[in-house]
Amino acid sequence: MSVIKVNNLSKVFGKKTKEALSLLDEGYKKEEILKKTGCTVGVNRASFEVEEGEVFVIMGLSGSGKSTLVRLLNRLIDPTEGDVEVGGENLAKVGKERLRKVRREKMSMVFQKFGLFPFRTVLENTEFGLEIQGINKEERANKAKEALELVGLGSFIHQYPDQLSGGMQQRVGLARALANDPEVLLMDEAFSALDPLIRKDMQDELLDLQEKMQKTIIFITHDLDEALRIGDRIALMKDGSIVQIGTPEEILVNPANDYVERFVEDVDRSKVLTASHIMKRPETVDIEKHGPRVALERIREQGLSSIYVVDRSKQLKGYVIAEDVKAAREKEEKDLHTILRTDMPTVGLEAPIHEIFEIIHDAPVPVAVVEEGKLKGIIVRGAVIAALANGSGVTEDA
Amino acid sequence: MLDFIPKIPLADWVNTAVERIQDTFEFIFDPIKEDFGGFVESTAEWLSQIPPILVIIIVALMTFFVSGKKFGLSIFAIVGLWFVYNQELWEQLMYTFTLVVFASLISIIIGIPAGIWMSKSKWAQAIITPILDFMQTMPAFVYLIPAVVFFGIGMVPGIFASVVFATPPVVRFTNLGIRQVSAELVEAADAFGTTGSQKLFKVELPMARKTIMAGVNQTVMLALSMVVIASMIGSPGLGDEVLTALQRSQEGPGFVAGLGIVILAIIIDRVSQNLNKG
Repeated sequence: MSVIKVNNLSKVFGKKTKEALSLLDEGYKKEEILKKTGCTVGVNRASFEVEEGEVFVIMGLSGSGKSTLVRLLNRLIDPTEGDVEVGGENLAKVGKERLRKVRREKMSMVFQKFGLFPFRTVLENTEFGLEIQGINKEERANKAKEALELVGLGSFIHQYPDQLSGGMQQRVGLARALANDPEVLLMDEAFSALDPLIRKDMQDELLDLQEKMQKTIIFITHDLDEALRIGDRIALMKDGSIVQIGTPEEILVNPANDYVERFVEDVDRSKVLTASHIMKRPETVDIEKHGPRVALERIREQGLSSIYVVDRSKQLKGYVIAEDVKAAREKEEKDLHTILRTDMPTVGLEAPIHEIFEIIHDAPVPVAVVEEGKLKGIIVRGAVIAALANGSGVTEDA
Repeated sequence: MLDFIPKIPLADWVNTAVERIQDTFEFIFDPIKEDFGGFVESTAEWLSQIPPILVIIIVALMTFFVSGKKFGLSIFAIVGLWFVYNQELWEQLMYTFTLVVFASLISIIIGIPAGIWMSKSKWAQAIITPILDFMQTMPAFVYLIPAVVFFGIGMVPGIFASVVFATPPVVRFTNLGIRQVSAELVEAADAFGTTGSQKLFKVELPMARKTIMAGVNQTVMLALSMVVIASMIGSPGLGDEVLTALQRSQEGPGFVAGLGIVILAIIIDRVSQNLNKG
């Protein structure tokens, strides 16, 4: 079920918004509209749906409109046109009173520079949303403490924000958002102000928390690595428009256009490409049908030094190397059982490349990719290196 | 060339306007003059009847605690206040203090809401800013005249003139303080669904507190600087002593009374600044 449904959402900053919108309809670009009307197009006809429990990442470079877009969702910025449905209710049209209620109960926000109140303690900061709702002191303290425990700050409740490190401050920001128990969490570049190691920790922690809480999260970032790491789906933005929406894989493997492709080029591919992307169709022999003769023939044909052995239902049995096969052939043995080796490296379909890279280094034979015991493919050293080097042949081999 | 329009009778217009205001609002001005004036006078009298030693002890203790348990300011207060007593200016000091306190309180009561309004509305800002400029740059003597017309002679017109002169800083600083609250904190408040007044009291005013307090400090100092001018329309106190000395060309008594004002100014200034730090 989709929790948020955004339909044709636009924001134009400036005075002649109507004119700018009609120019948009005629297909004019952002810069041309700025020249003609003096209006800046913040968000241009964005449409997407976010499912319950999903981490939906909106990513783009600065000026792409991502921060404007997230503020249109809770109407910190009023949209010029379009709908934002949250739980079936069009927020773009509701009155002030109702909007306030939605902000109090359904949506919370985490800010890039934390947005903590310096004159309030950690606990008081976390209580803020509950205090605004008029919840009594004891109850809000309890809920706030729970939220702080959740982010691992249970023992810092009486400190002031400036006594904490950046990472801890953002945990307070997160706890403050969670204390309200909202359905939707809006995170605006929440980890961008943190240094890289802490950022990674926070990403992991967010994913852990998400496993427990199953909130619907909309996460804004300019960092594609971050987007790929935490997003269930990613929307890529450029010049106010959404260029592509898809899972991390879809975006990497099938970039919708040049813009996305250029973006993706910079990504550390090893993090997202998995065994299934770089494996080849394996040469095999069937242990129940084939003997050393067929094996040797295939080895010679393909110029291999070894070959994988499976049974009739493609269950991986092991491998044989060329020398052994040759010897068996000379001894006129009928089957491969005696020379079968089983010390092959195996990985699952979902194994990330960097893991394979470590295994393949010492492996005597290509890495076998197996699923439920069945041989799905093999990975040769060259394919891993090519993928890491962002070589052209990566997707064709998949 | 320049004479094609005869002299504009602005002065006459102002005269008429002041008379009109006096006639129209007599029902307000008179009670202020009588009741409020009476209240101020009796407060000053009551203060001067407290034994000076008690006042000195209270002030010394207060300065000790607000300055973070340091002795410097307390010692200054003890010596300074004793000096004023020694110069037989104690009663005058109490009158001046009363004048300053009332003028400052009224300035703050008017100024902070005006500053808040200004920070929230472009229109209010556009209207209030030139009024503040006018209040601060128009020579103070000029509004002594209508002050006398409205409130007669005594402490009330002195307070009125002081309020006109001393209100602008607290208005400006309040406006500035609220406008300076970082956009992200305002967004955070909005995102959690605050009402206008929740945002004001729970976020904006606490964030702006230091700036507003700096404005309050300025306002108090300006009110204090008005005491000599206020004495020209009959406000008793240290200012009156200075004025008398001026009129009789007596350097010595003028200096002594002036020193009394300086001592009061330093104590009030340091106390209000320390309150701001806390």
